[in-house]
Amino acid sequence: MTNTTTLPDDLDKLIACPSCDLLQQRVIPAPGKFSRCPRCHSMLISNKRNVIDNTLASAVSTAILMCAAVFFPFISLKGAGLTRDASVMDAIGAFTSGFMAPLTLAVAAFIVIIPVLRATALFYALAPLRFGRRPAKHAAKSFRLAMALKPWSMAEIFVVGVVVALVKVVDLADVSLGPSFWAFAALVLIVVFENSTLCKWTIWRLLAPNK
Amino acid sequence: MQVDDLATSGSKQVTARAANLVACRSCGTLAPMGQTACRRCHAALSSREPDSLSRVWAWLTAGVILYIPANIYPMLLTKTLGSQEESTIVGGAIELVHYGAYFVAFIVLFASVAIPVAKFFAIGLLAWSVQRGSRLSGHRRMQLYEITEFIGRWSMIDVFVVAILTALVQLGFLASINPGPAAVCFALSVVFTMLSAQSFDPRLIWDSIEESDRRAER
Ligand SMILES: [Zn+2]
Repeated sequence: MTNTTTLPDDLDKLIACPSCDLLQQRVIPAPGKFSRCPRCHSMLISNKRNVIDNTLASAVSTAILMCAAVFFPFISLKGAGLTRDASVMDAIGAFTSGFMAPLTLAVAAFIVIIPVLRATALFYALAPLRFGRRPAKHAAKSFRLAMALKPWSMAEIFVVGVVVALVKVVDLADVSLGPSFWAFAALVLIVVFENSTLCKWTIWRLLAPNK
Repeated sequence: MQVDDLATSGSKQVTARAANLVACRSCGTLAPMGQTACRRCHAALSSREPDSLSRVWAWLTAGVILYIPANIYPMLLTKTLGSQEESTIVGGAIELVHYGAYFVAFIVLFASVAIPVAKFFAIGLLAWSVQRGSRLSGHRRMQLYEITEFIGRWSMIDVFVVAILTALVQLGFLASINPGPAAVCFALSVVFTMLSAQSFDPRLIWDSIEESDRRAER
């Protein structure tokens, strides 16, 4: 196989499947459609309209909802004449003693810190594009960070955890869900929305078009 | 090889590696083989993740080992009127059945037992099939990989449940509940298994299939 000089321009006419490495002609799908690898059926390019707008919208609403989710109670208990609310801060502080302390940090990271960090990184990377400016200095780095953190952002799993915990204590006290629970539930919808709209391939080409 | 040659190469499937190219896994940009950083997103480039399989096995082993104490030790320590009750992951689910909360018991068992165990086998099978070959088709293995990647995080549910229950206790409600050592073991087991799945380079599946096809042709 001869390896003649392949210019970057030439290379951008091709695409290699990220899951199976199959080299193929790059075909941008029609608006609203997506393309799959012919060999392994992985998604290659999803040509959704307003990728930047939608991703920014989900980042901003994640940040706003997270503020509500952290400081408002997610569970209220009534029993023995008392009414108490538990906020996410209380749940995070649950593992403070001894060898449980690292778990505190992990729980805080999974349900609050990482989702907020992701939202911030996405905003930092994409907001300048939205307003027609040049990407920020560390835009590439922060977008990569946002993508790497994705599996570790677990706010939506916490919502299911709250429901399970609720069932466990329902016999012991009168329980009701607080406003923060609904903020978290809305976060779940945002996660679903973001997953359906975000195409890494497209965003990278908007972030760094002439490379 | 020129770009136009590839377009006309017809049925013959060529990987980026075979064409002496590296695809960036972060942004998809192609680069000549040997280039170390992607010119578009600056991520490190590698045609195949280095030591993918040994990292898969190492994280998987750690995850499986920690899953054992996660099931033996109690997840929750409940004190009521002088008597202490300890409940393990499975014990907690059985308790839920006693409350009549069958669906929630099912969720807990599914997230804390079925998913982790299935995930151990799935990742093991994927790595094994690359090393030893498998009769499973590439598509089946790809599906297995995608499901494993997607579903693994959901095992974290039980850890969050313990955190929430403990929080409620600290508010002075429930008698006394404390997280047991299993909570830490279980959380670590989930994290290690996620790292194991992330270490797996799916391109190896297709390499192994190409390899076995080539051997069959010979
Ligand atoms: Zn593919």
